[in-house]
Amino acid sequence: MASRVSALAKPRGVWWEGLGRDERLWVWLTVIWGIAMFLMIAFVWPLIGEEQNRLHAYRVDPATFASQAEAFIQQYQIGQRDGVPVVAPPPGGDVYLDARAFAWQPVIQLKRGETYRFLISSRDVQHGFSLVMPPHSINVQVLPGYVTVLELTPEKTGEFPLICNEYCGLGHHLMIGRIIVTE
Amino acid sequence: MATAATMRRCEITGLSVDRSAERLIMLNAVTAVVYLTIGGVLALLIALTRWQAVHLLAPQRFYEFVSTHGMVMLIFWILFFEVAGLIFASTVLLSTRMVIPWLSWIAYLMMLGGSVIATVLMLSGQATVMFTSYPPLRAETPWYYAAVLVFAVGAILAVVHFFVNIVAARLRGDVGSLPLFTFALMGAAIIALWSLLSGALALFPVFLWTLGVIPEVDPGIYRLLYWGLGHGAQQVNLAAMVGVWYGLASLTTGARPLNEGLSRIAIVLYVLFINMGAMHHLLVDPGLGTWVKNVNASYFMYAAVMGSLIHAFSIPASMELALRERGYRRGLFEWLRRAPWGEPGFAALVVSMILFGLLGGISGVIIGGPQVNMISHNTLLVPAHFHMTVVAGTTLAFMGIAYYLVPLIFQRQLLFRRLAQWQPYVYGLGMLIFGIGMGLAGHWGVPRRHWDITFSTAPVLGVNLQELRPEIAVFLAMMGIGGIIAVIGGAMFVAVAVATVFVGQRTARPAVGRIVPEAFSPYPAIAGGSGEPAAAAAHRTFEVPGTLVISVVFLILFIFLYGFSWFELSRVPWKIG
Repeated sequence: MASRVSALAKPRGVWWEGLGRDERLWVWLTVIWGIAMFLMIAFVWPLIGEEQNRLHAYRVDPATFASQAEAFIQQYQIGQRDGVPVVAPPPGGDVYLDARAFAWQPVIQLKRGETYRFLISSRDVQHGFSLVMPPHSINVQVLPGYVTVLELTPEKTGEFPLICNEYCGLGHHLMIGRIIVTE
Repeated sequence: MATAATMRRCEITGLSVDRSAERLIMLNAVTAVVYLTIGGVLALLIALTRWQAVHLLAPQRFYEFVSTHGMVMLIFWILFFEVAGLIFASTVLLSTRMVIPWLSWIAYLMMLGGSVIATVLMLSGQATVMFTSYPPLRAETPWYYAAVLVFAVGAILAVVHFFVNIVAARLRGDVGSLPLFTFALMGAAIIALWSLLSGALALFPVFLWTLGVIPEVDPGIYRLLYWGLGHGAQQVNLAAMVGVWYGLASLTTGARPLNEGLSRIAIVLYVLFINMGAMHHLLVDPGLGTWVKNVNASYFMYAAVMGSLIHAFSIPASMELALRERGYRRGLFEWLRRAPWGEPGFAALVVSMILFGLLGGISGVIIGGPQVNMISHNTLLVPAHFHMTVVAGTTLAFMGIAYYLVPLIFQRQLLFRRLAQWQPYVYGLGMLIFGIGMGLAGHWGVPRRHWDITFSTAPVLGVNLQELRPEIAVFLAMMGIGGIIAVIGGAMFVAVAVATVFVGQRTARPAVGRIVPEAFSPYPAIAGGSGEPAAAAAHRTFEVPGTLVISVVFLILFIFLYGFSWFELSRVPWKIG
């Protein structure tokens, strides 16, 4: 056994030696655990999970996105809520969600059990899509110039508040939206 | 003293101390503590605002203070202290000279100038862009970015000087193998170099953009580069903290790492793989593919996590061995009961390791997975994680070593030793309550950097998260109360450090508690043992059974919490992706 040296002193001579029994045991445990965690995120959960991180994205000019979102609102608007348009997109269709300081537009009404493709972008600064469904929230990042594409299938009816979780300016805490799920 | 001697010999440790290095260590350390104090005051005000029942600050002040608190703590306090540590590790600990004192002076002055200007601009509301300063959100003045860049360049120079010192010591023949402490700081310095460069690459275009020289900055690419600094800087803290952990273990218990090579390999694992953790912040960003996320989020098969698990074993193991050699051999844990719990450095080491490992490390691995990240990104769980790593872990470890370095470097008698003995426990208790409250609030979906989760001033579509889930109020109260206790613990440290530096009695032989002065000697002559009494027995039985039990219990808890996080993800009522 080579001599052991304080961490604060310069080791002299050859200090390299093989692993003892204790270290070998522990190193093997950590290797196995590391590989297990990797297999979980890369292979196991993708097979068995209902909640997958399969975001897509494409670049877009913020003005183009804003006009696409306006057109979407005009086409499917069914009413208003606190002055914010309420939109009921066709089941299984695309949903444009437009973020700006300090609002999410429009309010979206979905049907339970249908899968929707959310196209989310910002017309000014970065925002954080945070869909509150206690006890958790679903969160994705929203950047101007990029569209975050997220597939969501609501499986519970009710009203789900949408808040912003990326600091976007002094009115950050005023930014609210809503998703309504009906039968 | 009156002679023009450039070196002095420390009467306690026997190390030769270069006086110019000593002066710069003092300057950097004092500056660090000033920033720690500023950041601590802000921390209290912020915690008392997020504690919804108190809700102290107005929104604009709150956001200004969160911005300042982030920069002051995550960058200024910790980097000034680390520069002090880099100078110490590359000169004093090697008993060697500082090669280019003026380079360290330039580095210090740039860091000081940049940090003071940036702090003033943030406090005066001209740069309320948070620690992250994501474009296209812009500070009111371009000079904020310039100030941060000047600081970053100064820090790069300090890191470069560290390497110059080491190489010169090596060429002069002053050092062969580096002490493990210095080796860990070298790992930290390598990580620091690329993280500071990455930060400069992110911020320089933003500076040009705010000046109007270039039309825009791509927010996605900025995030990629920025997090090279944002997370990279925390990995610097990690590597430096691990060095301090080993140092404190040797200093307070006479520990000698179980297997020098294994501990060094674990540090090399950091250097090679931990930079990938920068991608953790982009797991729910547009623009990255699944495999980029999987490979990076897992630090390439969790190789860097393995590094941390090795240290988590190796440090207590070396202490167990040292204490067993002193005669505390009964059962699994007599060594632990007889450990120097009243020694501030040991207390800081243990509290720091427990909180960092149990809360900071495990939470980081959990929320750093691409899937679970969807329910934790930008919630309070994220700052809960890094307050457990950087505050309860790194900051407390740095405080622990300061109780020895301050008297030894400043040549002053440590004042308020009683306060110092209690400080790690008070601080740790505060951070524990704070971290659990903040983490649970985040787990319940409460966003970070948010002034009012009751949305009481929102004009439309109002919602109140506390009404949706009343237990959130309890979690936020824990955060507030824990924050108050932790700030008291922080103030205790500042009181000891300031009193010692300014009114402690001058002495060449300061009393530094029950330390093991032989810790600085390369020869394995430890009190109560000739060096290798356990060598023969090692073949038949475990050398460190107590530590193995602790480590396996820790791993089981890790596995349980990891599994629990997947269960929680599966409870999200919607199907995603």
